[in-house]
Amino acid sequence: MTYPTTVSVPVPQGLRPRCAEATCIVRSNTPVNGEYRLLTLDAPEAILACQPGQFFQLLCPAPEGETPFLRRPMSIYGYDKAAGRLEFLYKIAGAGTRGLATLRPGDRFNVLGPLGQGFSMPDDWQNLMLVARGVGLATLAPLARMAQEKGRKLTAICSARRPELAMSVELFESYGAEVIVVHDEDGSSTPEALRPLIEARIARGDVDAFYTCGSSRLLRMLQDLGDAHGIPGEIAMEQQMACGLGMCQACVRSFRVGDRIIQRRVCREGPVFPISEAI
Amino acid sequence: MKDLHTPDLSTRIGALTFQNPIMPASGTFSEDLADVFDLDVLGAHVLKTIMHGTRSGNPTPRVCDMPSGMLNAIGIPSKGIDYFRDEMLPYWAGFKAPLVVSISAHSMDEFARLCSEVSLPGVAAIEANISCPNIEADGNAFAMRPDTTHAVVTRLRAETDLPLWAKLTPNTGEPVEVARAAEDAGADALVTANTMLGMSIDITARRPRLGNVMGGMSGPAVKPIALRMTYQCARACDIPVIGCGGMSTLNDVLEFLIAGASAVQIGTATFQSPTVMARLIAELNEWMIAQDIATLDEIIGTLEAPEAGVFE
Repeated sequence: MTYPTTVSVPVPQGLRPRCAEATCIVRSNTPVNGEYRLLTLDAPEAILACQPGQFFQLLCPAPEGETPFLRRPMSIYGYDKAAGRLEFLYKIAGAGTRGLATLRPGDRFNVLGPLGQGFSMPDDWQNLMLVARGVGLATLAPLARMAQEKGRKLTAICSARRPELAMSVELFESYGAEVIVVHDEDGSSTPEALRPLIEARIARGDVDAFYTCGSSRLLRMLQDLGDAHGIPGEIAMEQQMACGLGMCQACVRSFRVGDRIIQRRVCREGPVFPISEAI
Repeated sequence: MKDLHTPDLSTRIGALTFQNPIMPASGTFSEDLADVFDLDVLGAHVLKTIMHGTRSGNPTPRVCDMPSGMLNAIGIPSKGIDYFRDEMLPYWAGFKAPLVVSISAHSMDEFARLCSEVSLPGVAAIEANISCPNIEADGNAFAMRPDTTHAVVTRLRAETDLPLWAKLTPNTGEPVEVARAAEDAGADALVTANTMLGMSIDITARRPRLGNVMGGMSGPAVKPIALRMTYQCARACDIPVIGCGGMSTLNDVLEFLIAGASAVQIGTATFQSPTVMARLIAELNEWMIAQDIATLDEIIGTLEAPEAGVFE
C-alpha cells in the first residue's frame, strides 16, 4: 500500500509552509462527458487546506511522443480534507492534459499547492450570482459548497455549447444553488440573451455579487452590469505559468486600477481578481 | 574503527565562505519560495536581476516549454533601485544566508551607477548580469565579446569594493577569452552560464511561441553546454567559477564540481520542483558521508582527463 506524502524539506521554525510539493495517489481518472475528465487523487492532509479559486501545479506525465516539461496550472475542482481527496476537472487540450489522461488508478502523481489567492465572500454578499462557461465552471465549483456553508443564496448560470456539455450542474444543485443552463444551440448563451435575464434578477434585489471565469465576453458583460448597478464581483483568470509561486514573473496580466494600468502575477496576486479591474 | 564525521559542505568564493555550494540562479528565486522551505538552508540567496529604473518586462507569452527544458523571455521586470533599497534589502536582512544582488543595464554608465548604488550593507556580493539575452535587440549582451566584457567589468570594478561576480553567456564563440577578460578586469568570480539564445514557433498560428520572439533556453537540455563552459573557464582562470545550467540532480551537481566549479546555481529545476535545492543539499551531505569525503576540496576540480582541445 502506498500512501500520499509531502516532500520532506526543512521548514522555518514556527511557520507552516503555505503550500507543499506532494506525491498523491490516483484514485480514479474517468471521462465525465464527451469533453471533460475527472481526476480524483488521494492527497496528504497538508495540501488540503484549500480555498475555492486556488490552483495546483501538476507535474504531468509524458504522453507518448510528447514531453511536457513545465508543470501545468489547474484550478481545484473539489477537495475534502477529512476524506483526503483532491479533484481536478480537465479538458484534453495539449501535451500536459494528454499526459494527465494517461494516469491510472494507483499511479503516483506529483502536485504542488495549494497556490494563489482564492475567492472572497464578504458578509454583505448574501445573494451570489455565478456566471461561467466551459471548464471555467470547474474553477467555480468549490464556491457552491462555500456558499452553502456560509448560508448564502447562489444562482449559477452555466453556459455551454450544447446543454449536455454544461458542467457541474448536479454539483451546484447538490449544494442548494439554483441552476440556469444556457447554451449556443438556442442562442440563450449570448450576452444579448443573458443580459435581460440577469437584469431581471438584479431588479428583484437578487444579486449582491458576481463570480465568473473562462470567457472574456462574459467578463465584459458583467463589468458593464457591475458598473451600471454598482455590483462587485470576482473573476478567476488564466495565464501561461512556469513556477506558479511568483518567482519567475511569467504569468503577468494587465489590470486597470483607477486610471492606471498595472501588471500583476496571476499565480501570486491571483488567480482571483476584482471583475472591475480585469482587462 | 573510523570516526563518524559530519562532512563539511562549505565552499569559498574569493573572500566569502558559504555554508554549502547550492544557491539559486538569478531569476528563478524570490521571497515566494519561503512558502515552500526554509531559505536559510541555502548557501546563498541570489536575487533576480534588478535594473536602475522601473521596467515592465516583455509581452506575454513569456515562457514556453520544450523537450528537456524551457524558453523564457521575461525581460527583467524591475521595480528599480529605490524599491530594492527600501523594501527588498530589509526583507533579506532577516536571513542568515549571504545575499548576492544581480544587476544589469543597457549602458556602461548606467551599469556603473547601479553597481555603486547597490553596494550597501547587507549585500555580500554583486553578480553582474552581462549576459541576459532578453534585454537587448537580437539577444546581444556585453559578455559575447572579450573587449566589451573587459570594458564593462573594469567600470563595475571601479564602483564597488564588494566581491564582483561576472555572469557569462554561452552565446559566444570565445568563452575562454571572455572569461579571461572578466578576470583581467577585476572580477572576483565567474558564473557559467546564463541561458542559451533560442526560439520556438507555433506552426498552426505561424507565430513565435514567445512574445519577445527569441528567448533564453534553460533546463537539462543546456547542461552539457554549461558544464563545458565551466570546465573551460575553471581551467583558464585563477578566480573561482560558479556553475550554472540545467542541473536538477545530485549527479549533475557533482559533475559541475568535478569540472571545477566551486559552487553551483540551480535555476529551472526549481520551477519543476521547488524543493529541489533543499533536497540537493541533503543528498550531497549523504553522498559525502557514504563516500567518506570530508570536504568539497576532495571533489572540486578533480576531473581526471587528458587536456582537451590540444591538437598536435
